Amino acid sequence: MTRVPPSKPIRLALLALPAVLAAAACGGGGSQAAKPAKTIIQNKGSDTMVNVAQVWAEEYRKAAPDVEVEVSGGGSGVGIAALIKGAVDVANASRDLKPSEAEQAEKNTGKKPVGFNVGYDALAVYVHKDNPLSEITLEQLTDLYAEGGKTTRWSELGVKIPGVSDDTIVRVSRQSSSGTYEFFREHALGNRDFRMGSRDLNGSKEVVELVGSTPTAIGYSGMGYATAAVKMLGVTSQPGSPAVAPTIAAVHDKTYPLARSLHLYTLGEPQGAVKQYIDWILSDAGQKVVEDSGYVPVPPDQRAKP
Amino acid sequence: MSPENAPDPAPFARPQRPRWAVVGERAIEALIRLCGVSAILFVAAIFFFVLREAAPVLVRDEFSLGQFLFSTEWYPTSANNVRYGTLALTVGTLSVTALAMALAVPFGLGAAIYLSEFCAPRVRETLKVVIELLSAIPSVVWGFVGLTVMSKLIVTLTGAPVGVNILNGGIILALMSVPVIVSIGEDALKAVPDSYREAGLALGATRWQLVYRVLVPAARNGLLAAVLLGVGRAVGETMAVLMATGHAVHIPAGILDSVRTLTANIAAELGEAPAGSDHYRVLFLTGALLFLITFAVNFTADFVVRGIRRK
Repeated sequence: MTRVPPSKPIRLALLALPAVLAAAACGGGGSQAAKPAKTIIQNKGSDTMVNVAQVWAEEYRKAAPDVEVEVSGGGSGVGIAALIKGAVDVANASRDLKPSEAEQAEKNTGKKPVGFNVGYDALAVYVHKDNPLSEITLEQLTDLYAEGGKTTRWSELGVKIPGVSDDTIVRVSRQSSSGTYEFFREHALGNRDFRMGSRDLNGSKEVVELVGSTPTAIGYSGMGYATAAVKMLGVTSQPGSPAVAPTIAAVHDKTYPLARSLHLYTLGEPQGAVKQYIDWILSDAGQKVVEDSGYVPVPPDQRAKP
Repeated sequence: MSPENAPDPAPFARPQRPRWAVVGERAIEALIRLCGVSAILFVAAIFFFVLREAAPVLVRDEFSLGQFLFSTEWYPTSANNVRYGTLALTVGTLSVTALAMALAVPFGLGAAIYLSEFCAPRVRETLKVVIELLSAIPSVVWGFVGLTVMSKLIVTLTGAPVGVNILNGGIILALMSVPVIVSIGEDALKAVPDSYREAGLALGATRWQLVYRVLVPAARNGLLAAVLLGVGRAVGETMAVLMATGHAVHIPAGILDSVRTLTANIAAELGEAPAGSDHYRVLFLTGALLFLITFAVNFTADFVVRGIRRK
């Protein structure tokens, strides 16, 4: 009995196989050796901050190619919970850490959480540029936007909009999954629900665009989105007190009511790559990202000097 | 094939078809049957999976089916009082669809009758190509047209405060369903045998009498199918209405008011609803509701057609 030799193409393939394997092994080994070990920073938290955090991570890759920042959202609470478990290096939070959370983190990991203020989220209330209104109270906003509110016409606010016969207020809002929506609900409406019938748009920019093209509209959006077609209203939090215009200074000294700080939290004083990353975020380059994303950067005297 | 073993082939035996041809034909027949049955299978499977995602919320204490169907309060992410009422969304879908059909049906059927009965052959060929081109425009492009061109036109012409509203969505949807109605309606009219036309003309009917006394009644099933496919297109359309209707959850006061439709609501919120949450399941239930609406439309139409036939 003779063994049937493999047919010609198969034989050729068999011959070629070791060569291919060797090449693959060399290639793999070579590229691994050439790659320096990457430091990975785990970053999780606020959905409001997830976009700006992603841009930070991308921009920082240019500044420090050997550091990779892995960003994920989920909400401030999710980020802080992960920090308490020690699962992340940096937690993003658009609210202050609660004392109970700080305690828990210290009990769990033995380290005190340290916070950094890396910017501000400030919402402006926008109206069309021809609207004579220049300021609004939180009470009026609630009556306008919240469920059970009664205001439906500009005349009820004592406003006459030039060139318009039907002065029904066009309320512009955001879709319910947006962080801006929740922030406005919490800070302007005292967590009451929105009244049905507002135009719920999909982006901060769209809100300003619609308000800019509609004389009877009112809307809220990040301060950084203002255009020439709209006007930002001053906001009064207590009846009788003067209205505060949404300026960067008013955000910094916390007199503007629709603003909040954006924080990063670490366990203990940050070390090494994490410290360099946070220093970079607080530098002019990192703060430019904050500004470009529609948020308010921290004042220059609080920034890190290179 | 005969079982007996003839020593020599019979000189006048019928030529046998090769075995592979017979088997191949059987196989193709089975395949075609499978294609036919699979439609039922797919519909059932889709309905099953949609309902399976939605089902757990039906037994939750916080959820009431009455509220889901008849409340206008849609607060899926409320901080203190979550409510899932889809009446405003259903009304939104129905109002936009109704307006779209009011525009598209006369227009579409008119065009179909013109193409099939009154039009010179050369013009017809050109028109058909153009109409087919119209149906090839992606819905996101229609939505963009609604958002930019149409909304400005509506604001200028009607004085509405915002240009994205029922009128805008209705016009866009009408434009999207007209090609469907025209091409299927024309096929239905063409399928009426020429003997009907000849008989009508021989009896001294004018062309118009011929159309509305003979051809339209004879082709009514096909024409109804054309209209229904148009309705289906309008009810199920998502992207264009998401962009053109203004996205406001409430019962509209007029055709210049913004609304949100069931489909647009699912598209806008499903991506953000955590998988497995009540919000997520309610959105799937909304999908099932949409399914039932189209089913009801088709079923009623079928019923109507049978009613007409019996008379």
